[in-house]
Amino acid sequence: MAALTLYDKLWQRHLVDELSDGSALLYIDRHLLHEVTTPQAFSGLRAAGRKPWRIPANLAVPDHAVPTRKRELGIAGIADKVARKQVEMLSLNCEEFGIPLIELEDARQGIVHVVGPEQGYTLPGMTLVCGDSHTSTHGAFATLAMGIGTSEVEHVLATQTLRTQKQKNMRVVFEGLPGFGVTPKDLILALIGRIGTAGGTGYAVEYSGDAIRNLSMEGRMTICNMSIEAGARAGLIAYDRVTEQFVEGRPHAPVGERLEQARGYWRTLVSDTDAEFHREEYFQVDSLVPQVTWGTSPEMVTGIDGKAPVLSELAPEQRESARRALDYMGLSPGQSLKGVAIDKVFIGSCTNARMEDLRSVANLVKGHKVHRSVQQALIVPGSGQVRLQAEREGLDVIFQDAGFEWRSAGCSMCLGMNDDRLNSGERCASTSNRNFEGRQGKGGRTHLMSPLMAAAAALAGELTDVREI
Amino acid sequence: MEAFKTHTGLVLPFDRSNVDTDAILPKQYLKMLEKTGFGDFLFDDERYLDPGDVEIPVSGRRPDPAFILNQAPYNRGSILLARANFGCGSSREHAVWALKDFGIRVVLASSFGDIFFNNCFNNGVLPVILDESTIDELFELASGMGGLELTVDLEQCHIHTPRTTLRFVVEPGRRENLLSGLDEIGRTLTHSESIRAYEAKRRGLEPWVFD
Ligand code: SF4
Repeated sequence: MAALTLYDKLWQRHLVDELSDGSALLYIDRHLLHEVTTPQAFSGLRAAGRKPWRIPANLAVPDHAVPTRKRELGIAGIADKVARKQVEMLSLNCEEFGIPLIELEDARQGIVHVVGPEQGYTLPGMTLVCGDSHTSTHGAFATLAMGIGTSEVEHVLATQTLRTQKQKNMRVVFEGLPGFGVTPKDLILALIGRIGTAGGTGYAVEYSGDAIRNLSMEGRMTICNMSIEAGARAGLIAYDRVTEQFVEGRPHAPVGERLEQARGYWRTLVSDTDAEFHREEYFQVDSLVPQVTWGTSPEMVTGIDGKAPVLSELAPEQRESARRALDYMGLSPGQSLKGVAIDKVFIGSCTNARMEDLRSVANLVKGHKVHRSVQQALIVPGSGQVRLQAEREGLDVIFQDAGFEWRSAGCSMCLGMNDDRLNSGERCASTSNRNFEGRQGKGGRTHLMSPLMAAAAALAGELTDVREI
Repeated sequence: MEAFKTHTGLVLPFDRSNVDTDAILPKQYLKMLEKTGFGDFLFDDERYLDPGDVEIPVSGRRPDPAFILNQAPYNRGSILLARANFGCGSSREHAVWALKDFGIRVVLASSFGDIFFNNCFNNGVLPVILDESTIDELFELASGMGGLELTVDLEQCHIHTPRTTLRFVVEPGRRENLLSGLDEIGRTLTHSESIRAYEAKRRGLEPWVFD
């Protein structure tokens, strides 16, 4: 039999039908829902008199538009009436259609991509979709996970399948031992810098190599999370002992005999050694420098020892977008990134708001103070569970002593749908995944970086090299 | 879904690459519960000089006269012309709803964000991939006085410009769907038996998935 990639295996396992029109009907094992991309899908079901195909395949949680303060008030604590209505609508829709829901005041609430794995809802070898592009996060579990649009949300609810086309295979190999201060976020930013935000378009990207194998599941999720910033709907990492240990014992994970049986299957979730990829990229990580973005696209990135580009040194077709980006970001061509003063710090999002991220930040800021020139430094845990665990470890005290605000879980300033956002002209050191114009607030300027680098920037009041702190 | 067979309209030249869905429709409008009413907020951050939100009436806001969507004749454009990686970023289908509600029926670009590309087809908007030199030429034509009118014919997969006829390629399945405008869910449900048979087989192999 021909050698298969992990993606090929997952695809074959979930293929229901090949359709005459060249697309495929792919079975969907798990479907995550949140308040923002589902109301129109539920309306569609209702209008057509349809019911969800397999109710327990779904799990809903509000996360995008929720406030990160006054959580004890539940939905009533959402000051923005339009957002409140949307969160209420999620509850009503879930009730009407019988969809399991984690409510706002539930201790398990959090960003949908943090909650899924945490609850063992995301399991190896599955297909998982959600009306959110960062669904790629779950690929860290050797799970075929993809973001979908609202029409597709409705389609998955009604049929438990997705009409889709097979992607090509791409492999990215990270080899070597990253130095101090170089994190999974830096690896993925460096990749996007190299291949560009459209470099992975049309591919399912598998990350491999010893630098990936040595990562925890949390680090692997950070990598897979930003696959979409490289243009790829799905990122994947092979199953191994690390996956096994993370998954076992989670609330929704199989136990006993079922677990034995599952392990047997899960261990096959690797690419065959002689499997062929349409495209491969190699990265040596030993000499990698902590990364920071200078522009308004994640591909506009460089090491912290780097500079904003000089336009004449760029390829002609890149000059106009670089000029526009520098203008928006308030940077001059050739300016060193180190030393650029920041106004706000955001440590959070589905990219970097899990325990490992928070522990690394706490280690760095313990006993220090957020620089007085920084107006606001937010730490928003990825989930209620992360928040509780951090508090058990006393991290909240460390953060608050240092001058950070300690909030409740949600997307928060990653996209600024709630009231955590940048004002026009404000510059933010952010651990999120998108630095588009206006992403964190109209006119706001976002520099993407790792939690360590954002923490270092908070202490210094400017972009700085965490390795020198 | 609305069928798409052929469309004649004016080109709205949007000379930029990597246009993300956050730019197409900013986050504050994602709170809306319908699929319509987004057209006034298309490219909101750039289109108006003052900030907007769902409950702020656009009639009282100040459009930026330097922004192309506020300029005649482009404000009547129904064929958006852009460069590489149009619609990258967030999966928000609201971006397509906003384009459609504004009146855009076709988007021409040299490449698209994957999820956006799908979302277009699911809403009767046709995204067409053209090579970069063709895109360059169209930009040149579109910047002339009075703009550029095109006819996009999905049945023939042709675009008629005043000078020539361009061919384009669409995956056959997607083309059929758009041409027929049939309800995709209804079509998939004709495969219900296959889906059930598949589930029965999987349940035997991986029962924990169905627990
Ligand atoms: S944290 Fe940011 S990127 Fe992640 S799901 Fe929320 S809004 Fe999207």
